[in-house]
This record gives sequence, structure tokens and C-alpha cells, in this order.
Amino acid sequence: MSLVEVTDLTVEFGALRAVDGLSFRLAEGAALGLVGESGSGKSTVASALLGLHRGTGAAVGGSVRVAGTDVQAASDEELRRLRGGRAAMVFQDPLSSLDPYYAIGDQIAEVYRVHTRVSRRTARARAVQVLDRVGIPDPVRRSRSRPHEFSGGMRQRALIAMALACEPDLLIADEPTTALDVTVQAQILDLLHALREDTGMGLLLVTHDVGVAAESVDEVLVMRHGRLVEHGPVEAVLAAPAQPYTRELLGAVPRVEARRAVGHGSPGQDAGGSQPDGPRPAAEPSGEVVLEARGLRREFGRGKRAFAAVDGVSLTVHRGETLGVVGESGSGKTTLGRMLVGLLEPTAGEVRYEGRVSSGVNPTVQMVFQDPVSSLNPRRSVGESIADPLRARVRGVRGKDEARIRGRVTELLERVGLEAAHYDRYPHEFSGGQRPRVGIARALAADPRVIVCDEPVSALDVTTQAQVVALLGELQRELGLALVFVAHDLAVVRQVSDRVAVMRRGRVVEEGPADEVYESPRDPYTRQLLAAVPALDPAVAARRRAERRQPALA
Amino acid sequence: MSGFGGFGGFVLRRGIGTILTLFAISVIVYVVFYVTPGDVAQITCGPRCSPAQVHQVAQQLRLDEPLYVRYWHFVEGLVAGQDYSTGTSVEHCPAPCLGLSYQSDQQVTRLILTKLPVSLSLVLGAMVVWLILGVGTGVLSAWRRGRLTERVLTAVTLAGTATPVFVIGLILMIVVCGELELLPFPQYVNLTDDPEQWAWNLLLPWLSLALIEAASFARLTRSSMLETLAEDHIRTFRAYGVGERSIIGRHALRGAFAPVIALNANNFGSAVGGAVLTETLFGLPGIGQELVHAVNVVDLPVVVGMVLVIGFFVVLANAVADVLYAVADRRVVLA
Repeated sequence: MSLVEVTDLTVEFGALRAVDGLSFRLAEGAALGLVGESGSGKSTVASALLGLHRGTGAAVGGSVRVAGTDVQAASDEELRRLRGGRAAMVFQDPLSSLDPYYAIGDQIAEVYRVHTRVSRRTARARAVQVLDRVGIPDPVRRSRSRPHEFSGGMRQRALIAMALACEPDLLIADEPTTALDVTVQAQILDLLHALREDTGMGLLLVTHDVGVAAESVDEVLVMRHGRLVEHGPVEAVLAAPAQPYTRELLGAVPRVEARRAVGHGSPGQDAGGSQPDGPRPAAEPSGEVVLEARGLRREFGRGKRAFAAVDGVSLTVHRGETLGVVGESGSGKTTLGRMLVGLLEPTAGEVRYEGRVSSGVNPTVQMVFQDPVSSLNPRRSVGESIADPLRARVRGVRGKDEARIRGRVTELLERVGLEAAHYDRYPHEFSGGQRPRVGIARALAADPRVIVCDEPVSALDVTTQAQVVALLGELQRELGLALVFVAHDLAVVRQVSDRVAVMRRGRVVEEGPADEVYESPRDPYTRQLLAAVPALDPAVAARRRAERRQPALA
Repeated sequence: MSGFGGFGGFVLRRGIGTILTLFAISVIVYVVFYVTPGDVAQITCGPRCSPAQVHQVAQQLRLDEPLYVRYWHFVEGLVAGQDYSTGTSVEHCPAPCLGLSYQSDQQVTRLILTKLPVSLSLVLGAMVVWLILGVGTGVLSAWRRGRLTERVLTAVTLAGTATPVFVIGLILMIVVCGELELLPFPQYVNLTDDPEQWAWNLLLPWLSLALIEAASFARLTRSSMLETLAEDHIRTFRAYGVGERSIIGRHALRGAFAPVIALNANNFGSAVGGAVLTETLFGLPGIGQELVHAVNVVDLPVVVGMVLVIGFFVVLANAVADVLYAVADRRVVLA
């Protein structure tokens, strides 16, 4: 009998059909990856396996059997026994997924006691045992810590420990590594792999990241708009996708091992072929330095608590080139970006714009924020927000100027692939793919020479990501812009950058031409980062995992 | 852990802050009363006083001296104590001396010491009732959310907020003491004299003050629990088969803790001096009643003294709330 049997599952939230006639099976001990972009219904499927839609107003149709329990027909009591007991779920954001008020060990013990009638003491001992199993150092002491005292990776381990507590037959992992740094992601994926080998439990992995799936599962199921697109062994689907959508999806995935296509095509667009314009400037970057940072240092806090988020960084940005700044969370890359734009005063060092020392905000150096919508005033129309930099330059706006400003904003909106009609819309009305365009239009309004992009595509699906990257390249080529591209995603950075600076703990550990840094990294940290990037080829992934295991043993 | 690292420092900082706050309050009250129109000496002396008598009173009360001199005397008395001549004898007022009442020549410090136990008895007792009632109602309506129980409770608490204390108090008194004769009409009995009578007599005042306050606690508890219930970690425990009772009682209620503490600190502090209606209705000789009287007759020393005591309790209640915050939520660092 299969561990999971889903037949003709539909889930409707009001008029929205999130899952539409999905069927699949998962054998005992097997691993299946549900892959799709946002809104494809993959997480909804995961919730349906535990009957989490019950009582929420969602209409669930079809049948779901998990570990012998008919989830649709089960009584509340039966469902409670299934949840956590036979099938356990690991959620995406490990900070918000644990109760901030209780010690981690107590939370695991609580869950354990729901399913086994044991004493508090025994349950606590079990909690320590599973925390130890997932690699939490000093588990007895750490089990008394609260979630905020754990790092992101340790929290995710703690959640996995909670899942392991009752020795379930099935582990459902919903984007388990999305909130994590790439090196931590590799550790968590390795942990999941090792646990499966040990316990023989089945795994249902929900992810938007094809690379993560390639690392972890035997089979993939590609979803789109709530429907199944393609289902098969992971090697087959990734190597030779049968469906056009799968090809498009795989084509849009930036590949860390691929050189940037010069002059045409963004990452993998040769495969997808949907984008006519590449991100690549046709003109070679000139030698002219537009922006320069010398010995930048920024401290936060005072006295004993002071720490340097950025510590002695020197960089140059040339006209028309893209400098990629890559690093994990806490490496100081965002702080650096803000200092370059003048939003933060450096504690020491200076920023020079075209050779002159620049302090404060400089209109010719603009910034595109990670979530452009939350960085716009929600109560003003997008057109008005974009017009702000224009108004700032004209004193005493008159009717005539008003028309000119509106005309210019419309031009900008159209330039970034939006429409004139979007002028009067409000930020929340824009879709995920349009949002970064709004941010780019706002940055362009000030006629900048340099744009600092802080994680401009990290919240986007790969296909949208590719489009935004293409747009940036196009603008760069047309307007001769210099770009500073700050991101944690090594593959994306490689696809857009001429030169790359790798940051760690506030310092630049390695800097150079992108291909050089990626192909022959000198710094051990860069090597470690690159080794942690999930490979799209399951065979390569297995080899890398073995390599990662070696130094751990040595 | 981190919450108590600087506990001594926290107390010290809060202590200094309290003194500065009270100092500022006293200055403001002095200035306000100085610029308020009306002849204080005339009011104090009474309507039938001759101009000569009024002048004498003004001199006796030092009303003819400039504001800063009078304030200086006040500070002096507070720190070192003061001697007052009351015509025939000299009365010593030990530090902290808040001066003598213009009206009764009584020492304000003593006056406060007789009124404060009444107010504290009323407010502390009512606080226990409003917390039990308010939080209980809130938990119940969060638990039964979307059902009839919740709608009924919402209506009741709304009615509770909208009903003035003297209406509830009067109804309670008429029904309980008048019709049913379950209790005698309340009159204040000192706790130290007869604890049992103290409690019986305060029962109705507690209830009527608490019923009003409980409504806001019920709504706050309900809304913060619903907020917590929508959070990710609740989903985690649901997905692990933890029962609704644990989720409500252990996880969701915990989220309501901090806002309830904050509201309680506020309401406690302001009720010490602000429960005038309840005090008047039940004939409790507390701070609130005395303060209203003192304001009416422009009895500056009494007003200043009372306001300082109330201010002290507001600040104290908030400091206690901060400590409880840090105990309840380890992420909070006392600063």
C-alpha cells in the first residue's frame, strides 16, 4: 500500500481553485518533490495531506489517504493522531513557526506528549534526544533556549527535531530551506537526506527551487495553476522535460556554472527562448570610475554592543558595468548598499562619486529595494510616488509642469514594461512580477548614473526573475547605467555581473571578474559557498553531498 | 537571563525617571494653579470675610509671595520638613512634608495616608475582579469565535463599556442591598479593623468598578488572542495534532499576556486617583473624591500632594508592567 494516495484532489478557496484535480501516489520510504512557482497550489496540497483545511472554509474534494488514514473521512481525533504522529510537517519560516514564549525543548515535548502518554520528564528526554539527532550542539542546555536564541539554521533543525519526535512514516517539508542561507540550506538538505537513510521515512518536499528538489528527491511533480504538469523520476524530468512549461521553468533557472551569455539571452533563455532581450550591455564597460568606496566601515550599537556591519570595504564601480555583491545574511551587503546610496552615513571611510567625495543622498545614485511595494507609500498612487523625484527638482510646480511630469512618469512606466494606466493604481494592486518594475521606474525618475539593487529579484519566481534581470540589462545598455547588484543568490549574481565581490562578516573576501571568481575561487569561503549551491543534476548533487560529507568526517 | 542582567540598573534608571517625572508634575500643577483666575484667599477664607481678613489669610498662606519662592518652600518641606505656626501653636510637619491644607490646616501627608488605603483597597480588589472577569470573557470569546457565545459576549462587553459606573453601581445597590437585602449598604471599614467586613462592604464597589474595566480587558484579550491564533506557530501546533484546548490556553493566551499587562498598568494607575464616581457613589473616602473637592476649593497643597501620589502609582504600575513583560517574554530587554 502506498504511503500517500491522492486522487483527484481539488481545493477551493471561495471562487479560487487552488488545486484542480491532482492525483499522485508516494510509496513507503520514497521521496517526492512538489515543484512549482508561487500560486501553483503546491503548499495547499501539502496542507491537504494533514487535513489542515478542515474548518478554514476551504472546499476540499477528491480523496486523500495518508499512512492508512482517509484524511477526508477521518474524525477529528483520528486526524489529530495522524498529524505529527504518522505524518509530520516542517514549515518554511522556522522563526515564526515556533512559539516565541516557550523553550524549544518544551515545545517538542508538548508535541510528543500529545501522541504518547508519557511523563513530562520522559518527553523532555525525548526532546533532547531528537535535538541531538538533528545536530544541535549541547542539546541538554540548548533545549531550554527560546527560538529567538537560535540561529535560522538551528531553528530549522529544531523544527525537524519536532517532526522526528514521534517517528513519523512521512515527513512533509514545505519550503524547508527557503528562508536560509545557501550553506545552511546545504546542511539542512544533507540532514534530511541522512534522516531518510536512517529512518526510512517518506518525504514530500514542497519547493519552488528546482535545485533543492534535484538534491533531495527521487521523483518530481511539476505543478502549475493547481494542475499537474509533469510527474516522473527526477533525473528524467530535469534532463529531458516533456512539457513546454517544465522546459520554460528549467530554462529560467539561473545556473551558477554557466557563464553569462554576452549580448543575448539571460540565464538559460537559450533553452526557454521567451525573452528577446538579454541583460547584457552591448558596449564594453568603460574604464571610467563613477562610484568608489574607500575603506567604508559602519558600526551599529554603542560601547560593548557595538559591532561593525561593514568593516573596511573598498570598491569601484565603472560606467556601464555591473558589480555583483554576494554574501549570506548578516554579511553586511545591504548596509554597504545603503552607504553607497547615501542612506547611511559611514562610520569611517568615504564614498566618491565621479572622483568627488559625496555625502548624504545623491540623486544620481539610486536604489531599488527588495520589496519595492512596501517601500512605497501605500496611500498614494504609484504614479505620484514615481513623480516625487521629478517634483523635487522643480520648485513651485505649475499646471504646465504637472502635465510634463505626468508625461515623463508615463514614459518611465512604459519604459519598464508597465502601462500608462498604471499611474493611478496603488502599490498593492501590482502583481509580484510588476512590483520590481515599479521600483525600477521610481529609481529611473531621478536620471541616475548608478543604481544599487538590493535583492531585487529574491522574492520572485524564476520566470519573473529572468524578465526583471533582462529589463535591468536592457536599461543598462541603453542608458549606460552602472549597476551594483546586491544579492544572496550566487547563480543570479553570476548571470548579471561583470565583476563580483564576495562578502563575509562585513569584509570583502574576494573580488574579481565574475567568471574568474566563480571558476577558480581563491578564498576558501567562496569555495564553500559555491559548493553549497544546489545542482540541477541529481547525479552532481549526490557527488557534491559526498564531498561535503568528507571534510565533516576528516 | 538577558532580562535580568541589568535589573539593578533598571530599578535605578526607573527611580531617577520617577523622581524627575514627579518633579515636573509638581511644577506644572503649581504653575497651572498660579495662572488660574480666582482669588484663592477669598475662596479659602469664605464668602463672608472682610477684605482685611482676606488679606490676613493671603499672608498666612504666603499667597503674596512670588511663585518660585512658594515652590521653593514646598521643595524644602518635602526634603527637610517644616514648622507651621497655626496662630497659637507651632506644628511640626516632618519630611516628606507636602504642606498644610488651606482649608483644614491638616497636614497633607497625613491626609493622604488616611485616604490612600481606601483607594488602594478599592482599586486592588477591583483589579483582581476585572482581570478574572475580563481575561476570562476574552478567552471564552476567542475560543468560541464566530459562534453565538462570542456574539453574545461581544454585545455584553460593549454594553459594559457603554454603561456609566453609577448606573451599574446603583442597580447593584438597589438590587443587592435594597430588594434582596443580601448585603448592607456599603460603608468603608478599615482592613486592619475587620478584614471580613472590609471585604463584604467593598464587594459591590469592586464589582461595579470592575465591570466597566473588564469590558476593555475582554476585548483586548480576545483581539490579541485572535491575532496570535492567526500566527504561523499556531499552525505548527495544529499540524502536530495539539488539541484546541492547549492551543487556546497555552499558546494563544500567552500572546495576550503582554498587552493585558500594559493595559492593566495604565488602568490601575489611573483608577487610584480616578475612581471618583465609584468612591462617591459608595461613600468611600478615597483619593479621587478628596482630589475633586480640593480642586473645587483651590486647595493647592492638597491638589499637589494628591497628584504626586497618583503620578507615583502610575509610574510604579508601569515599571512593574515592564518587569512582568521581561519575565513573560525573554526577548524583551529591560532598558
